[in-house]
Amino acid sequence: MIELVDITKEFSSSKNEPILGVDNVSLTVNRGEIFGIVGYSGAGKSTLLRCMNILERPTTGVVKVDGVDLLQLSSKQLREARQSIGMIFQGFHLVASKTVFENVAFALKAAGVKKEEIKTRVEELLEIVGLKDRIYQYPAQLSGGQKQRVSIARALANNPSVLLCDEATSALDPSTTKSILALLKRINKEFGLTIVIITHEMEVVKDICHRCAVMQDGRIVEQGNTYDIFSNPSDPLTKKFIDTVLSFDLPSRLLQTTTGKLLQLHFWGEIAAEGVVSDMLQSHKVKGNILHGKVEYIQDVPLGIFIMDLNGAEEEVNQAIEYLRERVSKVEVLQHEQSD
Amino acid sequence: MSSLIEILPELNIAFFETLLMVGIALLVAIVFGLPFGIILYVTDRGLFLENRWIKGVVGVLINLVRSIPFIILLVFLLPFTNFLLGTTIGPLAASVSLSVAAIPFYARIVESSAREIDKGVIEAAIAVGASPWMIIKHIILPEAKPGLIAGLTITAISLIGYSAMAGTIGGGGIGDLAIRYGYYRYDNTVMFTTVILLIVLVQAVQYFGDFLAKSVNKR
Repeated sequence: MIELVDITKEFSSSKNEPILGVDNVSLTVNRGEIFGIVGYSGAGKSTLLRCMNILERPTTGVVKVDGVDLLQLSSKQLREARQSIGMIFQGFHLVASKTVFENVAFALKAAGVKKEEIKTRVEELLEIVGLKDRIYQYPAQLSGGQKQRVSIARALANNPSVLLCDEATSALDPSTTKSILALLKRINKEFGLTIVIITHEMEVVKDICHRCAVMQDGRIVEQGNTYDIFSNPSDPLTKKFIDTVLSFDLPSRLLQTTTGKLLQLHFWGEIAAEGVVSDMLQSHKVKGNILHGKVEYIQDVPLGIFIMDLNGAEEEVNQAIEYLRERVSKVEVLQHEQSD
Repeated sequence: MSSLIEILPELNIAFFETLLMVGIALLVAIVFGLPFGIILYVTDRGLFLENRWIKGVVGVLINLVRSIPFIILLVFLLPFTNFLLGTTIGPLAASVSLSVAAIPFYARIVESSAREIDKGVIEAAIAVGASPWMIIKHIILPEAKPGLIAGLTITAISLIGYSAMAGTIGGGGIGDLAIRYGYYRYDNTVMFTTVILLIVLVQAVQYFGDFLAKSVNKR
């Protein structure tokens, strides 16, 4: 659906050489999927997103949306193409002097929709985002979440095939974030809309992205299925991001009192954690003690991680670890770290 | 006191002459200054009609007029006024130079109030595929409206001051009256009356402008 090939974006700086915002990025977003791009601020993710509707014109590269090469279009054709690429922003960017109705109607007017049709369409859109009762209020009278709903309605006005979200939930509190994400997910399902989300919150990716990419210094350092990324991150930066959602901090006092081997067990997908562990404990002469554990649901698929302390004769412990290796997704033997 | 009653009819005429001069100049400022200000804004770097040439030419032209002190501009424009109206005397003639001064004055105010608009709002409009004209008409003008009205108030008050200068070279109006009676005839009563009249006029304009600006502000 969206195809970026060798995208580079340079920003001219007042002195010396230009700054590279995006460095030779190629990326494909499939039709109907929710794709997340994660990175710290300054990683170039926002610039990359803005290249997808040419709000930022890439220095080199090809941008294709729905098969159309956006960089080859005249400015009038580009305006038409943009009507099928919705975009929402961190700061909502609503017109303060216009009512909710007028804000949404503007997008329709821009596309040349007839006046009679505008009213029904706006009502329809506000129904979708759940704000029909606010139709004649001004943005200043709305909460952050409501403003974002209006901007989603505006973005959806001309039945776009793509929705670009630039840190759309970063200015919202956690529960509002959840509700906006749920709305995006619903829109994705109901209308088959392709959604690209830029965020620095791994929670957002975990909740709704089918696939994701991690960006650093203008480059994509890792990309793949969200589940695979979460269960088996390879890049250190990705690990750091995953840690924000799936981190295990064991109290140092606890670490000092454990005597056996510390294991981290991963359960990917539908493996019943307790079953395997209790079988292991019955068939081996070891004592196990679960110190920490968590099951996260990523795209509704469970990802379980448990940390356990295994005590017993070394031979038995090693056999128990082998036994586990054959049955669980991943076993890591953690070092006893000196508490600092 | 008797002198005051004596000049009351003249004061009345002068008052309306001032209103006429300022009114015409304000109208011209809106008709020409507003578009120039918008052009200055939208052709600026990073905006959707970025154009260094147009921005440069319009900018220089505006600075040119603005750098001439009004009293000099008045004299300088006399041949032009004569060409336009066939006379250089009277409030209509004075409104020519007032208008010429008002255009760049208001254009700069329009430009700076447009700059106050959140760039993101304009970006969002570009992202939905709106044309430059639609963005100007439906985003920039409504969003800048409180600033545009406040700017018009400032322009009007400046013009009232300028109109007094225009009065000295035969433009008429309150300023002319003050000079003729107050300065040439040492008639302090008329002088004070005109000053009070000007104060009241300026206060009224300011109050009305503030009220209007506030009522269109939806922030």
